[in-house]
Amino acid sequence: MEDHISLLLVVVPLIAAPVVAVLPRGRSAWAVAFIVAAACAVLAGMQLWAVLTEGAISYELGGWAPPWGIEYRIDAVNAFVALIVAAIAAITLPYALLSVEREIPEEKIPLFYSAMLLCLTGLLGITQTGDIFNVFVFLEISSLASYALISLGRDRQAFTAAYQYLIMGTIGATFYLIGVGLIYSQTGSLNMQDLATLLPGVLHLKTVETGFAFIMIGIALKLALFPLHLWLPNAYTYAPSVVTVFLAATATKVAVYVMLRILGTVFPQGFALTTPADELFIVAGIAGIVIASVYAIYQQNVKRLLAYSSVAQVGYMALGIGFASAAGVTAALVHLFNHALMKGALFMAVGAIIYRIGACRMDQIHGLGRAMPWTFGAIVIGGLSLVGVPGTAGFISKWYLVVAALEQEAWISVAVILMGSLLAVVYVGKLIEALYFKPVTDTGTAVSEAPLLLLVPTWGLVFANVYFGLNTDLTVGVAEKAAAILGGMKP
Amino acid sequence: MTDFIVGHYNYWIVIILMMVGLYTVISRGNLIKKVIGLNIFQVSVFFLYISLGTVKEGAAPIIAEGIEVYSNPLPHVLILTAIVVGVATTALALALVVRIKESYGTIEEDEIHNLDHSL
Amino acid sequence: MRPNLILHVVAKFLIPLIILFALYVQFHGDFGPGGGFQAGVIFSAAFILYSLVFGLDTAEKIIPAHWLRVLAALGVVIYAGVGVLSLLLGGNYLDYTLLAGDQIAGQHLGILLVELGVGITVAAAMLILFFAFAGRGRE
Repeated sequence: MEDHISLLLVVVPLIAAPVVAVLPRGRSAWAVAFIVAAACAVLAGMQLWAVLTEGAISYELGGWAPPWGIEYRIDAVNAFVALIVAAIAAITLPYALLSVEREIPEEKIPLFYSAMLLCLTGLLGITQTGDIFNVFVFLEISSLASYALISLGRDRQAFTAAYQYLIMGTIGATFYLIGVGLIYSQTGSLNMQDLATLLPGVLHLKTVETGFAFIMIGIALKLALFPLHLWLPNAYTYAPSVVTVFLAATATKVAVYVMLRILGTVFPQGFALTTPADELFIVAGIAGIVIASVYAIYQQNVKRLLAYSSVAQVGYMALGIGFASAAGVTAALVHLFNHALMKGALFMAVGAIIYRIGACRMDQIHGLGRAMPWTFGAIVIGGLSLVGVPGTAGFISKWYLVVAALEQEAWISVAVILMGSLLAVVYVGKLIEALYFKPVTDTGTAVSEAPLLLLVPTWGLVFANVYFGLNTDLTVGVAEKAAAILGGMKP
Repeated sequence: MTDFIVGHYNYWIVIILMMVGLYTVISRGNLIKKVIGLNIFQVSVFFLYISLGTVKEGAAPIIAEGIEVYSNPLPHVLILTAIVVGVATTALALALVVRIKESYGTIEEDEIHNLDHSL
Repeated sequence: MRPNLILHVVAKFLIPLIILFALYVQFHGDFGPGGGFQAGVIFSAAFILYSLVFGLDTAEKIIPAHWLRVLAALGVVIYAGVGVLSLLLGGNYLDYTLLAGDQIAGQHLGILLVELGVGITVAAAMLILFFAFAGRGRE
């Protein structure tokens, strides 16, 4: 059993997905999905513990030794990301029960949970595998599931959003595939550890450089790195609430992990510095933080506001990667974790509003904060965390990012990080103003607080925001270990 | 020079297909044409992999008496997976286009855009 | 639909051959080119031909849409189940060697079972796709 944890994390949701798809209507599909997600979270926790105490795990699929067979290779980096993904899934599913019953037609509910589990399989698979082609396969499993999930949104714009995401996501994945092919043509290997020993000998070849560029662009598309983020705002806005919560908290995070893995493990440390990659990360990060934050301020739809804010947050992670130092990578990983917490909490709270009033345009939520005090409280604390107020998780990530920037004497980046926080104050403030200080729009029906089943997961994440803002043993401790493995990109 | 062009003919085919596909995706407003472009783009990558796997004078990679040189089977396996992914993507994209047509009455991108913003 | 004698006769003649060929591709997959993906698609082609010639409703009577969904799920479960079985026998996931007495027989058995799962899922999925697109607009 213990030897197989890293495998079970992928196989359990994989087996559950087709089973759930054929279950009858009713709540059995949800129950199975929830049990599976909870089991995955426990397994991911056990895996992280095993990795931290006993070192990296290697699992050979089918008993074929690497580099010929597919190997799952887990160290602190992917154990950490897998735990984030599985934990978010386990928290999202209790929330899903009521929200999905409200937003999805009844006959599609089993298929909905089946697609959720497939998406979870894909995301966990990306974190587990040690084979760069296998990453592509899992990337597409999770992406195809998420296109289908997004298209289940209630507005017809959900179809166009899903279509747009499908086109851009497939281009991204195909770029990644081209890159993998070019690298394979020069090394003859797909195993990450094997590539790490083979690539230094062929780095001078243009083919390898081109492959590297293709892979970077491909993942940047999946990552929604500015200016390749165009699919993200629509996708997050029109997807069902639960899907937005799950994708916002996990999908881009896993893409960040793939990026770090390619830069830190597959290619020799320091290679990125011989290419324009790290400057591009910093430029794209800075542009993303500033421009997406300004866009967020002008949005009239709350979900779209938060989606643009997500693009800005990806910018922070790109900055961390671009600094290419151990401190930068630590900051990127810490922010990866904390951003999952804050965006999860915020999108859940917005989902609760949608559950009650069926919409989330700025002019429709006036004064709702007084009718839904707990939901409002979650938005306030989540928003403060987004801004980076001390005592919240957001502060920790900003702190490490600024430290990493100061270490590099990257003054512009420091200024941009602080400016990003100020812009976040503006858009979070706008949201709070609409919810609390604007007079109530008279719709004729009284709005009551969201049901407990929506509030408990939301507040679970809100407490996590505060807890990880005060106690950083898990986040920073593990992120530092992970950064030591990835080594920073600077030699 | 001719060696450079003729000797790498597989790469030229790949590059041309890739550009045709990507250009179609970007330039066309018709959602079906975009899907077709995406398919051409993906197929170019399949070609790239398959042509990488070829070994000069190599036989099909099935062990048999008297054959010593085999082609590399791994790219074929990889591309079989990629083809399946491509089929799934195309099916999903077409399904979305059907739903878009049903709810908007058109599959031209600019008309859909106008419909969404004239509300 | 206006019945067309030639189409009916040719289809009735071809469909068994197509299915036979699909089975050949399926089970010859571990000695030559073939396997579940290809066989599944060929197999579903027989049914698609049938529904093109005899009409969608007749075809849906043979395989109801609900059963297709179950079959598609079953294939994945067979595939993953073989992997779990090898786990239970004390090996790694999808380690076929333990499935039978000796290594070679185990590898044969394992790949046949896995490809069977793949074949079922692919055939069912292709038919689901066909029925979904062809049946659209009838409701």
